[in-house]
Amino acid sequence: MIIKILGSGCKKCVALAENAKAAAAAAGKQAEIVKVTDIAEIAAYGVMSTPGLVVDEKVVSTGKVLTAEEIGKLI
Amino acid sequence: MSVFGWMNDQLLRMTWLNDLVGQGVVAVGLDPASRLGGSVQFFVYDVIKIFLLLAVLIFAISYVQSHFPPERTRAMLGGRSGLGANTLAALLGTLTPFCSCSSIPLFIGFTAAGLPLAVTFSFLISSPLVDLASVILLASIFSWPIALAYVVVGLVVAIVGGTVIGRLGMEDQVADFVRTVPVTGEAATMTRAERLAYAKDQVVEIVHRVWPYVLVGVGIGAAIHNWVPAEVISALLGQDKWWSVPVATVVGVPMYADIFGTLPIAEALVAKGVGLGTVLAFMMAVTALSLPSLIMLKRVVRMPLLVTFTGVVTLGILSIGLIFNSITHWFI
Repeated sequence: MIIKILGSGCKKCVALAENAKAAAAAAGKQAEIVKVTDIAEIAAYGVMSTPGLVVDEKVVSTGKVLTAEEIGKLI
Repeated sequence: MSVFGWMNDQLLRMTWLNDLVGQGVVAVGLDPASRLGGSVQFFVYDVIKIFLLLAVLIFAISYVQSHFPPERTRAMLGGRSGLGANTLAALLGTLTPFCSCSSIPLFIGFTAAGLPLAVTFSFLISSPLVDLASVILLASIFSWPIALAYVVVGLVVAIVGGTVIGRLGMEDQVADFVRTVPVTGEAATMTRAERLAYAKDQVVEIVHRVWPYVLVGVGIGAAIHNWVPAEVISALLGQDKWWSVPVATVVGVPMYADIFGTLPIAEALVAKGVGLGTVLAFMMAVTALSLPSLIMLKRVVRMPLLVTFTGVVTLGILSIGLIFNSITHWFI
């Protein structure tokens, strides 16, 4: 699966990426974590508050740094 | 003294804390009336006061704000135009959770949904400028009339600024990709437990983000308070100097700092006799416009619109400074 982190590189996005990595590892899933920093690309997902979390091209969360546990329920 | 006055002094201005810190200063062998002792007292008192107020205020305000996510704000503003829409946008700007790093996705989301530029810019101007927490801090450091006056003039800048930008018909000055962005996303509903957790997270995050600005701001404030002679300040920025407001604005515009960091500087400047308008102009210039936010905005709007935005907001701040300086005697 491909997990994308939407955000222009602020601290929250880094934290979310870390949590996503941990969540995928805990769930034993092969996941590719991609950071999307380009504003046009972020906007293309219709996201208004960053960081956003996209799992297999579906926006599952915006504006929040989810914990690894919370992400585990979404993947 | 009235009960309200007592509560204001003890809870907001925390006069008890100032007394306590004063005793502490004496206990370590410094004289609060001396330069060094006075600086230490100002610094310790202001730092503790600002962080205490910040934590309590951000928690309460974030709870309220959790009811107004950007998606909901956009839905409330949809299909409206005119002065009423600008006013609503400016008011919602004070409520919507907002950090400068998300201003661009917000701009794109609003514009893509077909909101007029006038409405979007009213929102964008008021959002960093008039912040609920900063208003209560202003009341704590100065007084309620000044805090309320700040809100009113901040909203006026946002409403008038947005209206002027709308009138100029610059809808074609937005980067092309913005128009093709999909408008999706219902705001998720939150439970009370989630709102409380969100409010707590906001406290941690905002305190984490602003503490260096607060320390630097209070440091500069303490230095001005006790080391810079009042004559020097008034020679540079005195109320009788016509250039005081333009200088404060021009110095403030490129600066990036949080309003919480600029408040202690404002406090010290007013104590040295700088005009209220000059100080408010400085605070507004620092918070409403900054180089980093303009650079980000450049990615979604073309140069003429960016220059217009900067110009309109700067002019608004200048006029507010001049007006306030001429009516300072109403407040102090």
